[in-house]
Amino acid sequence: MTTATSTGTTDETARGHRKRPRPRGSSLRRAWDKYWYAWAMVAPVAIVIALLVLYPLGYGFYQSLTDANESNVATTIGAFHRPATYEFVGLDNYWHVLSGADGDFYPRLVWTVVWTVSCVVLQVGLGMGLAVLLNRKMRLRGFYRAMLILPWAVPSFIGVFAWRLMLNSQYGVFNEIIQAFGLPAQNWLGSPLSQKIAVIMVNVWIGIPFNMVAVLGGLQSIPKELYEAAEMDGASPWQRFVNVTLPGLRPVSNTVILLGCIWTFNMFNVIYLLLGNNTTGDTDILVTFAFHKAFNGVSDYAGAATYGIIILALLLAFSTFYRRSTLKSEQA
Amino acid sequence: MTAATHETTTTPEGTAPLPAAARPPRRVRGREERGLGASVALHATLALATLIAAFPVVWVFFISLGPKNAWQQPGEVLSHLGFHNYGDVLAHSDLPQWFLNTVIVAAGTTALGVFLAATAGYAVSRMRFPGSRQLMWVFLVTQMFPSIVLIVPLYLLMAELRLLDNYLGLILAYATTAVPFCAWMMKGYFDTIPKEIDEAGRVDGLTPFGTFWRLIVPLARPGLAVTAFYSFLTAWGEVAYATQFMQSDHYTLAVGIRTFAQDQRPDWAWTSATAIIITIPAALVFMLVQRSLVSGLTAGGTKS
Repeated sequence: MTTATSTGTTDETARGHRKRPRPRGSSLRRAWDKYWYAWAMVAPVAIVIALLVLYPLGYGFYQSLTDANESNVATTIGAFHRPATYEFVGLDNYWHVLSGADGDFYPRLVWTVVWTVSCVVLQVGLGMGLAVLLNRKMRLRGFYRAMLILPWAVPSFIGVFAWRLMLNSQYGVFNEIIQAFGLPAQNWLGSPLSQKIAVIMVNVWIGIPFNMVAVLGGLQSIPKELYEAAEMDGASPWQRFVNVTLPGLRPVSNTVILLGCIWTFNMFNVIYLLLGNNTTGDTDILVTFAFHKAFNGVSDYAGAATYGIIILALLLAFSTFYRRSTLKSEQA
Repeated sequence: MTAATHETTTTPEGTAPLPAAARPPRRVRGREERGLGASVALHATLALATLIAAFPVVWVFFISLGPKNAWQQPGEVLSHLGFHNYGDVLAHSDLPQWFLNTVIVAAGTTALGVFLAATAGYAVSRMRFPGSRQLMWVFLVTQMFPSIVLIVPLYLLMAELRLLDNYLGLILAYATTAVPFCAWMMKGYFDTIPKEIDEAGRVDGLTPFGTFWRLIVPLARPGLAVTAFYSFLTAWGEVAYATQFMQSDHYTLAVGIRTFAQDQRPDWAWTSATAIIITIPAALVFMLVQRSLVSGLTAGGTKS
């Protein structure tokens, strides 16, 4: 409704283009006349999402209520067709996982949370720091910005391979570099603890540019007058940062933190590609754990689907809670 | 605190005290000024950050120039500089085919992603209609889908629709991962374009679609560029779907490169050369939209 704010341009009343709600006859016909082009514009995306996201989601949810695995789903090998023989088991899978009976869920969850929090804190913090540094007149600004965004321009799996090469325990250059600074060499991709440090490091490296660019944009949208006023009042640079910059960044940082949490929680590439199969399973987050369940050994489709739905539920709960609390703090 | 800093003049950063006599004593340093020391510290920090950001990529490039075992003996590289790894991998592997596959899929994803995100973003930004809130909510929730809950059902669905091992199937799957974020971003971008422009177009007799296509799309170019960039990179770098959906003739680069970088005995000479070949188009696309990146993302980010 483009004319939402227009003051009743009279000759287009026929379609009911104005925003003021007519007394609702609630007839479908009128709604159609009024909204058909809005619906036409969102129809393509709605169809694609419904078919390729919502339908598979529903199907996945259904699978999580069964005992489907590789040996009992329908398969067609050549001319031979075997019908599905898996059974509906209700909430058994969820109970099995959530009660801790499978022995994996809670350890994986704890590590996933540690991983998400440390990655997001480092990414957002460092990204914001760099954005603040870049957001001023100086020489080489364009160069710095282009180089600092490089990890984002490179496809993430390439970045991961680069790190895998550098972190190699025998020949990796990373060990040589840290030894030059007097730190002890590590078998980075070997023991669980150093693997965990390595994956966090790589993921932070990949994630900083997005945060930096987003915050940089946010910084530029803060009105200059606010800084001028603060300067008039004699605020120090630190005070200007705390009292003008940080509040001004809140809309951006709220979004960035929320997206960062969701993306990191679901980050598959870094852990899966950096460690490959050289892992004891201690470094698996929920997503990679579910992937192994679905595609390694005897594929446990029902178990993987159960994990998927639980992950989705956790993220939904988190983001609902997060948005509610940030909305409150924005209004306060 | 305010009063204190107000009176004490020497710079609160405490880096390089300015020649105190040269300046009026009560002055707090403004935003656009900086002492020499601060400048040095600023550039040093940024240079260090740049080094960390660029080093892994530069290192891969360096290794790719060396002989087969360069990754074990980086010292050997300098004496054997050359592009023979590139020649080898282009001539003796399926890399050209993978490259073509990836270009097709990425181009398709970009076109579809921009189209879907722009139309949906515009509709939600400009028109109030039943379902718009729900649609945005679905976009947000779609972000949260771990690809793992979708991958098995999607695989079965694609098999039914005969879209498995098919470019279109992969394009559609990628569009679903790229579009939700892009639609949010485009909505934010359209929100920054004044509504009066639409109104002017309508008064001049354009249809809603005409307004969108002739007036708004040209104005939204920075936002569209970011959307295109994001969709392209999504397709260029995706691993999980491509691994499961495509057979060897239709491998994308992300899948193909893993045949070199096996867990056991990775061939880093070929892997590194391939990595650079894969990176170049991504970096080029990136450079093209680099300037729009900040403005495009901001608009999306601030108006969530």
